[in-house]
Amino acid sequence: MAETAEQVVPGWKKWLEGSGDQVIFFKGFFRNVFRGGFEWSEFVRQCYEIGYKSFMLVGTTAFIMGLVLALQLRPTLINFGALSMLPKTLAVSIVREIGPIITAIICAGKISSGIGAELGSMKVTEQIDAMEVSGANPLQYLVVTRILATTFMVPILTLLGDVLGLVGGFLAINITSSVSGLLYFNKCIASIDFTDLLPAFVKTIFFGFIIGFIGCYKGYNSNRGTESVGLAANSAVVTASLWIFVVDAIVVQISSLLFYTK
Amino acid sequence: MEESGKNIEQKSKSSPKKDKVVIHIKGLKKSFGSNHVLKNITLDVKSGENVVVLGKSGQGKSVSIQCIVGMLIPDGGTLTVFGEDVTAMNEKQLKELRMRIGFLFQGGALYDSMTVRENLEFPLTRVLKLKDKNEIDQRVKEVLGGVGLLNVIAKMPSDLSGGMRKRVGLARTLVVKPEIMLYDEPTTGLDPITSREISELILQMQKKYKTTSVIITHDMECARITADRIVIMNDGEFIAEGSFDELKKSKEELVRSFFN
Repeated sequence: MAETAEQVVPGWKKWLEGSGDQVIFFKGFFRNVFRGGFEWSEFVRQCYEIGYKSFMLVGTTAFIMGLVLALQLRPTLINFGALSMLPKTLAVSIVREIGPIITAIICAGKISSGIGAELGSMKVTEQIDAMEVSGANPLQYLVVTRILATTFMVPILTLLGDVLGLVGGFLAINITSSVSGLLYFNKCIASIDFTDLLPAFVKTIFFGFIIGFIGCYKGYNSNRGTESVGLAANSAVVTASLWIFVVDAIVVQISSLLFYTK
Repeated sequence: MEESGKNIEQKSKSSPKKDKVVIHIKGLKKSFGSNHVLKNITLDVKSGENVVVLGKSGQGKSVSIQCIVGMLIPDGGTLTVFGEDVTAMNEKQLKELRMRIGFLFQGGALYDSMTVRENLEFPLTRVLKLKDKNEIDQRVKEVLGGVGLLNVIAKMPSDLSGGMRKRVGLARTLVVKPEIMLYDEPTTGLDPITSREISELILQMQKKYKTTSVIITHDMECARITADRIVIMNDGEFIAEGSFDELKKSKEELVRSFFN
C-alpha cells in the first residue's frame, strides 16, 4: 500500500528528532570528556572487555580472510603472469581496506550490540536513573568510558588483524608453493608506505568512535520494557555497520584525492 | 570536588528543625502529550515525617516523586525542596539537591556489573568524593549491617533475592545519609512476610537516620506500618489526607475501598 502524506511526515519528523537527539548526545559526550574526574578504572576495564575479549574473534576472522584472499588471488595473478605480485597485492588490500573494514564490522556486531544491550538493560532496570538521581554522572561513567575505549581499542585490534591477515596469506601461499617467511614479509612491508597506513589508521579511529557512540546512544536512549533491549542491540549493529561503510567511502574518497591521484 | 562533597555532608548533618516544611508542592501539573498525569497536586511534607502516597497503579504517584528529584520537569505549579525551587535549578544545584535526597527504586536498581560492596561504595566515591578507604569501608559496613546483610557484601546483585536487593538498594541510598528518602513502591513483588520486613526496616531506618520519607505504595500493610500521614491519589489529584485510622473510617467510598 502506498504511504499517504500523513504517514510520511511523522516518519521524517521522527528521523529529524532522532538526529537532534544524537547531536545532543554527542554534545553531552564531548562536554563530559573534558569535565574532569575521568573514570580511569572504568576506562581500563572497558578497554579489557572491548579489546582483549574481541581479539580472538577479530584475529581468527582476519587470519581466515588473509588466507582466503591469497587463495583467490593466486589463480588470477598466475593468468597475468604476476604471481610475484601476490604479497604486495595482499598487503595493500589488507592494510588499506580488508583489515579495517572486517575488524570494524566484527566489532560493530560484537561490541556495539553488547554496549547497546548493556546500557539498554540498565535503562530498563532503572540503574541509569538510580545513578542520575544519586547525583553521579552516568554519561561520564557509562558513556564517555565506553566510547573512548572503542575509539582506542579498534585501531589496535585492526593492527593485530592486519598482521594475522598477512600471516594467513603466507600460509595460503605455502600450501601450494614454498616461500620463505623473510622474503614474504619483506615484500609485504616494502609494498606498504605512509599513504597506505595513514588513511587506514585514521578511518579505524572513526570506526571505533562510531561503534562506541552508536552502541551507547541506542542503549542509553532505549525505551522502557525488555523488548527495547533487543531493539537497542539490533539497531546498534545495523546503524553502526551502515555508518562504517559511509565513513569508509568518504575516507577512501578523500585519501584517493590526497594520495593516489597519479 | 572533595570539599564540595564534604560541604554537602555538613549541610546534611545540620538537619532542618522539626515541623519545618521540607517539600512544598502546590498545584503541580504534569502531562505526557495528551495524557494529563498530574492535574493539581498540593502537598506539604514536614521534616521527620513519613508520608505515604496511596493510589491505584497508573495514577501518577511515581511521576510526582520523580518531579521532586528533578527527573521530570513539571508543566505547572510550585515545587520547592528545602525552600528552593526545583524547577529553576541548574545542573549543579540539582546535583547538590540530589545528594541530600535518597531514592529507592521499585527493583532496587542495583548496578549489576558491580558487587554489593562496589554498589555501596559508588555514591561515596563518585558523589561525595570520599578518598579515605577506611572511612568508606566503615560506612559501607555500618549501613549494610543496618539492613542485616553484611554477609552478602562480596556477592553480585544477581545472587540476591528480590527482598535482599531492595535491602541493599535501601542501604545504598542511606550510605550518603540523605535527609529525605523517596520510596517508589518498596514492597511491590515481594511476599507478605518480606514486604512486612521491608516496611519495618523503612521505619527503623527512618528513626535511626532521622530522615523525612515519602513512600509511594498500594500496599496497605506497608502504609499502616510506615505512615504518619497518608494521602490518597486518584486520577492525578490528591483526594483525601489523614492517618491510617482516619482514612479507614472515611465516608468516601473510593477512599474506603483501599482499606477493604
